[in-house]
This record gives sequence, C-alpha cells and structure tokens, in this order.
Amino acid sequence: MSTETWAIARFTVVMALTAIALSLPFAIAIGWVLARHSFPGKALVETVVSLPLVLPPVATGLLLLWLFGRRSPLGQALDAVGIEVVFTWKAVVIAMMVVSFPLVARSVRSGIEQVDRRYEDLAATLGATPFRILRTITLPLASRGIVAGAILGFSRALGEFGATIMVAGAIPGRTQTLAVGIYTFVETGREEAAWGLLLLSALLAFGAIYASNRLVEVRA
Amino acid sequence: MTTSSPATKIVNWLAAGLAGLALSAPPVAAQPPGLVVSVAASMHAALEEIAVLYRAATGVTVALNTGSSNTLARQIVEGAPASVFLSADDLQMDVVEKAGRLVAGTRTRLLTNQLAIVVPSDAPATFSLAALLEGRVTRLAMGETASVPAGVYGRRWLEHEGAWSRLQPKMIPFPTVRAVLSAVEASRVDAGIVYVTDARDSSARIVATLSTKEHAYLNIVQPAAVIVGPAEAEGRRFLRFLQGPAARAVFARRGFGKP
Repeated sequence: MSTETWAIARFTVVMALTAIALSLPFAIAIGWVLARHSFPGKALVETVVSLPLVLPPVATGLLLLWLFGRRSPLGQALDAVGIEVVFTWKAVVIAMMVVSFPLVARSVRSGIEQVDRRYEDLAATLGATPFRILRTITLPLASRGIVAGAILGFSRALGEFGATIMVAGAIPGRTQTLAVGIYTFVETGREEAAWGLLLLSALLAFGAIYASNRLVEVRA
Repeated sequence: MTTSSPATKIVNWLAAGLAGLALSAPPVAAQPPGLVVSVAASMHAALEEIAVLYRAATGVTVALNTGSSNTLARQIVEGAPASVFLSADDLQMDVVEKAGRLVAGTRTRLLTNQLAIVVPSDAPATFSLAALLEGRVTRLAMGETASVPAGVYGRRWLEHEGAWSRLQPKMIPFPTVRAVLSAVEASRVDAGIVYVTDARDSSARIVATLSTKEHAYLNIVQPAAVIVGPAEAEGRRFLRFLQGPAARAVFARRGFGKP
C-alpha cells in the first residue's frame, strides 16, 4: 500500500472525525428539542433536518457550492474576511457534516425519546435546572443513541462522495478523500490504486461498525 | 451509571482520535494556495506530467482538480477558485464563458483529439464500422450524449452518417468515458465510442478512428482558458507553458493533436 493511499485514508479519517465532533453538539441540541418539545413548525424542522438523507448528495453538493460560492451573499461575506471554503478541506468537512447530520440527529432523538420522562420530572421536583437534568439524566441515559448516531454519522462521512466532489473538488493532498480518490483513480485509469483505497475503505467501515456494535453491547 | 458510559467513551475516542491524527496528518490548513487547475479526466495523466515539469521550471506547485468537464464547469460558474480550466470540449467552455468567468482573450484551442470506435478484445474479427452503422450490434456504449464530450461528438458522427435513429435504441449512456471503456473491456457491450487518447492504454481493440481532418463537422477541440480570480497572472503563465515545447511533447506522446 503506497504512502499516497495511507495519506488519503488518514486525511479522510481526520476530516470525518472533525465533521462529527463539530456536528455532535448541534445534533444533540436538535435531537433533544425534537424529542422533548412541541412547537409550531416542528414538522417543518423535522423535514429540513432529514432532507440531506433523501436529497441526492450531488444535489446537496450543488446547494453547498451555490451557498459558499463567490456569487452568494454568504460566499461574498466569507471572501471579504479572507475565508475560502470551496476547494479546501473546510468544504470537505462541511459536506460530511451536512450529509451525516440527519443520521446523527435522528439517532440522538430516538435515544432521548426512550428515556423515561419520570426521571426527568422527579429531578425537576427536587429542584434541578433543565440544563442539569439534561446533563446528568437525559444524556447519560440516551448515550446508546448518541454513540450509535456518532458512529453511524462517522461511517457515512467516511464514504461521502457526491457532495464532496461538487463543493471540494478532487485535489490530491488537499481535498481528496477515499471515495473521491477511488473515483478519480478509476477515471484516470489507475485501477490498482483504486483497489488499495477500496480495501482501506472497507477496513475502516468494518472497524467503525464493529466498534459501534461492541459499544452498544457494553451498555446492554 | 458507571463513570465511563458509552457516551463518555465515544467522546474520549473522538478526542483521542482527533488529537492523534491531527498531529500525524499533513498540515492541510497551512498549505500555500498555489495554482489550482481544473482538468477534464481525459487529460489528467498528461497534466500530472506537465505539473512536474512546471514545478521544476518555475517552483510553482500545481494542484489538479480532476472531474468530468460539466462538473468542473459548474464549479467554476459558482466561483470555485480554479485559475485555469481545461475542458474536454467547447460546450462546457461555452458554459463558463457565458457566465463571465473567463479572462477575456485567454480562451485557447489547446488540443485536438479523435474519436475511437472500440470493441472488446474478444470481439469477432469480422466486426466492421459498416456493420456498426447498419445497426448490427446489440449494445453500443457511449458517453451521455448531452453532456459527456465524447458522447456529444459520437452522436454528431452517427447523425452525420444517418445511423443515429437506428442506433439510439441500442445506445447505453454512461456518465464518463472511462465507464464506457470499462464496459467495453469487460465485454458487457458490443462496441463503444471514446476518445483515442482514452483507448490507448486499454485492452479494448480500436477498429476505427475519426479525426476532424477527415470529418470536418466533428471539429473536436479541447480548449483551455484562464479563469477570473486573484491568480490570473499565474494562470496566464501556466497556459503559456501548456503551449510551449515541453508540454507539447507530453501531449503528443499521449496522442493529443495540435490544432
């Protein structure tokens, strides 16, 4: 296995970990709100959160490309402060975050929904603040869902292709992930290199799913 | 609840993984901007060689962004920071030009190419172009005829020969030329239409080539241009290098022609 292959794999894992680390707090917040609160427009929020799950990743990528491109207000604002997103590692992380977010948020939400509300109510009658209840009762009891969501999201981020190639491109050493690398190598006739990446992808996916099952077993 | 709940564990894993990998990973964030060249997949291998030569000559590192020409064009239209665009056909360059993203006067007819009609290596020796045009095939693989350059030109050829209506129902569209080639190599189709530069290193057998010289209506040109942006000057320099003798030699060796 060439050093190039290893570098691509390492880059992909770092990007996927970064994506999940950054999106986990938001996923927990959204998951908690959806599981424990009802408000007007909740159905709309639920739908928007799940959208990247059903949209073709290429379409998600196109939306991100438009959003962060130099023609959009956001893109221009970022450009003005010297932040370039398109064609950089930041675009890789953002693409991974967006496509994996629904999986993480949904898993967190179902984890929280399974927590018996009586524990929370009891804590409240004893004077615990809502944040303390969340931190010491809800989240620890929902940890199985959170863990499963994080690993599922990580695995999805590892294999992300469609959105990544649109918004981050396929630049070796800069934005080339495992999935994009496999595509590029096949496209440019370097099939052996593609097989190497494919093997590493399979190993990583295997490891993530195995770890997820083990972690769930520990709890159960 | 024990102190190391799975949630704590996953957070620790994430943190440890991030820290460990971030330390060992190349500093992706700190890389110099350099020159980004968006290049159609069919020209990638040649550009990889030329990038090495360019670096040796100027010290500037060229980052190649490879993909299908229509994806690359879409990225540039939306403001992706590419400095030079090499398209596999005029159509996608037109898209970029219409969006006002080309530096005026830099659009160059860089290369010419030829279509190649390829068949699987185990195809009967009797297979001929005439048989194909008469529709005596079951499956013909082509690039998507609306967007993939070799597919667009292939359709133009079949239309010119009056065979398109016969072959259209037998045509299987693929998203890229490389996919067409794989289908032919694996004998999943009877024939395919690709660029001659793609077919060179393939096990597929070339039964005919079609050049613009003999088929003027094809007019296969692979253009290049500088994209509007902060690195225009560097882009112009690279475009000039692409037309210089060193780059020309690489292109010629890989089967590309000079317009």
